Amino acid sequence: MQTMIEVEGLTKVFTLHNQGGIQLPVFSGIDFRARQRECTVLFGESGSGKSTLLRLLYANYLPTSGSIRVRHRGEMVELTGAPSQTLLDIRRETIGYVSQFLRVIPRVSTLDVVAQPLRERGVDQDRAHQRAGELLERLHIPERLWSLPPGTFSGGEQQRVNIARGFIVDYPILLLDEPTASLDQRNASVVVELIREARQRGSAIVGIFHDADVREAVADHIFEIDPTQKSESRAAS
Amino acid sequence: MSSSPIRAGYNFAYLDEQTKRMIRRALLKAVAIPGYQVPFGGREMPMPYGWGTGGMQVTAAVIGHDDCLKVIDQGADDTTNAVSIRAFFRDLTGVETTEQTEEATLIQTRHRIPEKPLREDQILIYQVPIPEPLRFIEPSEVETRKMHALEDYGVMHIKLYEDIAQFGHIATAYGYPVQVNGRFVMDPSPIPKFDNPKMDNSPALQLFGAGREKRIYAVPPYTDVRSLDFEDHPFEVQRWEASCAICGSEESFLDEVVMDDQGHHEFICSDTDYCRTRLAQQEESA
Amino acid sequence: MSTQPLLQVREITKLYAANKGCADVSFDLYPGEVLGIVGESGSGKSTLLSCLSARLAPDSGSIHYHNRAGESLDLYSLSESRQRQLQRTEWGIVHQHARDGLRMGVSGGANIGERLMATGERHYGNLRGTAEQWMSDVELDIDRIDDKPTTYSGGMQQRLQIARNLVTHPRLVFMDEPTGGLDVSVQARLLDLLRRLVTELNLAVVIVTHDLAVARLLAQRLIVMRRGEVVETGLTDQVLDDPQHAYTQLLVSSVLTP
Repeated sequence: MQTMIEVEGLTKVFTLHNQGGIQLPVFSGIDFRARQRECTVLFGESGSGKSTLLRLLYANYLPTSGSIRVRHRGEMVELTGAPSQTLLDIRRETIGYVSQFLRVIPRVSTLDVVAQPLRERGVDQDRAHQRAGELLERLHIPERLWSLPPGTFSGGEQQRVNIARGFIVDYPILLLDEPTASLDQRNASVVVELIREARQRGSAIVGIFHDADVREAVADHIFEIDPTQKSESRAAS
Repeated sequence: MSSSPIRAGYNFAYLDEQTKRMIRRALLKAVAIPGYQVPFGGREMPMPYGWGTGGMQVTAAVIGHDDCLKVIDQGADDTTNAVSIRAFFRDLTGVETTEQTEEATLIQTRHRIPEKPLREDQILIYQVPIPEPLRFIEPSEVETRKMHALEDYGVMHIKLYEDIAQFGHIATAYGYPVQVNGRFVMDPSPIPKFDNPKMDNSPALQLFGAGREKRIYAVPPYTDVRSLDFEDHPFEVQRWEASCAICGSEESFLDEVVMDDQGHHEFICSDTDYCRTRLAQQEESA
Repeated sequence: MSTQPLLQVREITKLYAANKGCADVSFDLYPGEVLGIVGESGSGKSTLLSCLSARLAPDSGSIHYHNRAGESLDLYSLSESRQRQLQRTEWGIVHQHARDGLRMGVSGGANIGERLMATGERHYGNLRGTAEQWMSDVELDIDRIDDKPTTYSGGMQQRLQIARNLVTHPRLVFMDEPTGGLDVSVQARLLDLLRRLVTELNLAVVIVTHDLAVARLLAQRLIVMRRGEVVETGLTDQVLDDPQHAYTQLLVSSVLTP
């Protein structure tokens, strides 16, 4: 299976310049690989840097040192130092990211929030809305809510909207940060299905799941981040 | 043409020779760039701004011993201003004056073009209050000069658009903007739009003088002068239902004159010479 | 990617005094991209915007714009006539104060139609029709088409300014604090409008703002300026979520959240 993500010697240290320049190291020297048709679960204690690693993979955070390469349009591309235009293209075409919390853009309807990634790829409104509706239905968001902005929804509903938005495009790489955290059993299963389908299609998935059952159901590899030492990947049992 | 001696102590046509040369240079430039406003060193004339000082300076610069001068004000030779200006030039040049358009070689006018078509050997000199057609919408001189230089005339049609939006038709009745020689947009002075077509391709030389603003511009003979309009609201001249009460003309520009305290009014030709000539022709053939 | 950048900015410097103005700014802007220039007052962002939009010649550096015909134009080698033509046809400029970007003395319809009239449109009916279309696109009441902008509210004036600029289908729009000075709810609706238009019309936008929330909402990329210099640049979410430079960190941490 092709390697989709290749991380070498990745180190992240936050420097707070306005608080006397104190440094907050997160992890150092991480080597990591994600392949097609595989789901890698990031594992570690709270604060170990799981979310940070995901954000680094999405170019939302900048590495302090080390290399992150992703397979984009057939070639391995280095994220660090890549021009903005390249990064935006990678996000549009290659990497999808489901954050832990939905970033609420006010006054935009749920349907439009979910459809947006398709619209950005040039898909017309009707088709994008249709696809969005299919996903929302699967995630048990009733149709009467589709025209409302998700700002007033419950945490679980917002998260399901977030998930729909993340899965609407068939990304070759999918990054998932606690996608089932506020979901009940029924909806967590839907997410597991979605992950399996994506994996089946050939995507490489990297995710953080607090729920042991979900982890069991989707993980092909567990990657443990030990903040004090170099981290290792092991196969899921 | 004979001329009488001029009043003692004055130069011919009041202005000194150097000033006349300066004005002529400005006139040449104006003729070379039809419709373009040429700044000139306007002089103090023995009357306040607003009474025709610009037109007078142009006349003073071009008038010669052999000329025959006609002066009209709103088409009439006998208003106070027309009479005064005519007398001024007669005293200070000794040149012949006339009320007949046919006889004149120079015609200084305020706010009208004579009805009788002009000839190649005639010069029409307009008195202009505000030379800048864009002033109504752009107060900055720096900006309007740039707009003319860059042919940035979108705003002129704004004025016409606003008229149609407000009144249903283009309401500008006088001082109707024109484009000269396909290039510069010009204010033809406050002549009624009725007169605009006379400017187009006229055999006569047309000169414009604005005294207060110190600008001179010109339309050479046989030059294209087009009134601005919209495709679906084309330029139209005024029409009257009445005809002239004196000579019966249905083709000239008519003034409405109140006759008495009961409010009776009549329509009379604005161009006094034209009216008088027509009447004379009718009486002759009667 | 084979798309040509729309705007190529190289080492633009315009200084009024040390640290006043902008120094050594370089970036590329691609079609459909929104670039935010953020910074506090005096950072030089408005100076930079003026240089980019051919309204202020820089001391040094160059700006190349790729026009609709595919030509690469060196902005400051162009004649003033061509610069104005660009500003009027392929670009839009939305000012912070509507009165700087509108003719306050003529009707809303005339404001929108002006660019068309300036580029040769001579049919009143068409002009009015187009103006009505745009007014409804920017969510202005068509009944106000004959009213002067002095009778419009601040938010309406901004919408009118936007319509006036978009009527010639520009590819690049420069905005200077377009929501500054407006009430919060009015700001919100205006931002919604801008977001919609940017997507629907595939506009490239350079937007100057001191408001990070506006930047996050509208811009994909950010340039952070301080005292004339670019201190940080990158994707909007990266600059705001993981600021590297001390000043950026200060800016981000200073934002109030209700």
